[in-house]
Amino acid sequence: MVLDIFTYGFMQRALITGIAIAVICSLVGLFLVLRRYSLFGDALAHMAFGGIAVGLFLNVYPLWSAFVVSILSALGITKLRKTTKISGDAAVAVLLSSGLAVGVLLVSASKGFTVDLFSFLFGSILLTSMEDTLLITGISAGIVATVIMLRKQLLYITFDEEQAKVSGLPIDKLNYVFMILASVTVITSMRLVGILLISALIVLPNVTSMMIGKGFKKTVIISISLSVAAVVSGIIISYYLNLAPSGTIVMVSVSMFLGTLLARSMGLFSSKTIHQENNSIQRSY
Amino acid sequence: MPMNILEVQDVSIRYNGTLALDKINFSVEQGDLLGIVGPNGAGKTTLFRAILGLQNYQGKIKLFGYEGNQYTQLLPMVGYVPQKVNFEPNFPATVSDVLSMGMLPEKELVRITRLLQDQGCYWNRICKPSSKYTEKINEALKIVGLESFKDRRIGEISGGEQQRAFIAKALVNEPLLLILDEPVTGVDVEVQNRFYALLRRINKENKITIVWASHDLSAISQLANKVACINRNLFFHGEKNEFFTNRDLLKTYAESAMQLHMHDHDM
Repeated sequence: MVLDIFTYGFMQRALITGIAIAVICSLVGLFLVLRRYSLFGDALAHMAFGGIAVGLFLNVYPLWSAFVVSILSALGITKLRKTTKISGDAAVAVLLSSGLAVGVLLVSASKGFTVDLFSFLFGSILLTSMEDTLLITGISAGIVATVIMLRKQLLYITFDEEQAKVSGLPIDKLNYVFMILASVTVITSMRLVGILLISALIVLPNVTSMMIGKGFKKTVIISISLSVAAVVSGIIISYYLNLAPSGTIVMVSVSMFLGTLLARSMGLFSSKTIHQENNSIQRSY
Repeated sequence: MPMNILEVQDVSIRYNGTLALDKINFSVEQGDLLGIVGPNGAGKTTLFRAILGLQNYQGKIKLFGYEGNQYTQLLPMVGYVPQKVNFEPNFPATVSDVLSMGMLPEKELVRITRLLQDQGCYWNRICKPSSKYTEKINEALKIVGLESFKDRRIGEISGGEQQRAFIAKALVNEPLLLILDEPVTGVDVEVQNRFYALLRRINKENKITIVWASHDLSAISQLANKVACINRNLFFHGEKNEFFTNRDLLKTYAESAMQLHMHDHDM
């Protein structure tokens, strides 16, 4: 009886795209969180909102215009930060508000597409078409492959950019590639939870897994598992309780985070205190 | 005649409008253990950053006899341990994750080694060329005495242990030159002594050339064979004995150090 939802085509498509999005959001999100760019996803999504409005206004497939606008603004802001030393949070604020402003402006100029915009703001995973599913899983596979290929370099520039530069890594190129990856990830994922909740998918599984995993590889695996679990259970719960899937997915993620926090405060993963004690004893060189 | 590992010629650096280094000239020969002394804010770190390609400068710097493109290619053969590595304390990376960052593939290492041997450089590698990634990491950790820490998170171990992990990270690429920027500031005496023993060992046994900034004059008098004294200008560069027997020089060093400590540091 529980399984009957898997027989619906729209549910199968929702779950497949949901899993693909969960994987890329947590994977790319870990690097964003560690670089203190947690809200960058939010800013890019707002920028994409402007892009979507441009697309709807010009009668172009909105996802394409969103891609173009977001990637250009991500690259622009990277360049701006480098040349003018604007701080990260200020850059995010500039991006976020200008994207939203363009969107609002165009919406008010032409009063025809409010329904479509609503689905972009809060997600519409149950409306995913076959073409969307193929496109999103294809793009996700590309993102995962790129991250796997560049994992060592990305890890190094995230940990210590200067040392990475000394080791001969092409820092600027890698930063641009990473920004493009982040933009594509955000726009691809808007389908699932919408512009307003995208940060949750990027940040929550990662801050949770960072409390559990020790090494990098384990943290990535835990984060992806949590993310996929949250999306799948969120979609299923929302179906049975007749709730909005985006909100349900995010709330499942939030409860995973709170649960882990609680477990840690009760000493379940807190190897840290033991290590600190050890440190005071083994101060041998 | 020994090969010059590093040649610094007429290097001047402006830092936020003020002259941080003024026409510095010195060279480091293969096998040297050069102690660089100078008060805080004397420009030691700035000089190191210039050598590592992180800071613009006027003048000329040659690394292993090379300039330009080849210089940049050979930079991975310089192990650098900064005064403090700034990383996110919660970073989910173990000690061995950190060591694996920036590790050169053996093929690349062999290619670079050939370039260096063409210039007449020689040194004893820490690991056998046939070693696997993990064996290299284990060996480097063994040298600094951190074998049992390899699966611990880098942010969870003590400051002294982190510093040792970063020294191991510098050693894992089989460097020919090691640049250390006050690496044991703020750790206890026992840890310092072990570190000094380590420096001596890799300098003597592995023939790794070391450039080492420190305020610890007694350690420098015991370990280094050469001394450079910097305070915006190069006051002295030469044999250790010459420095420590020259009372005027020691007095100048002490005075300039005092002056800079009294005023607020300008960088």
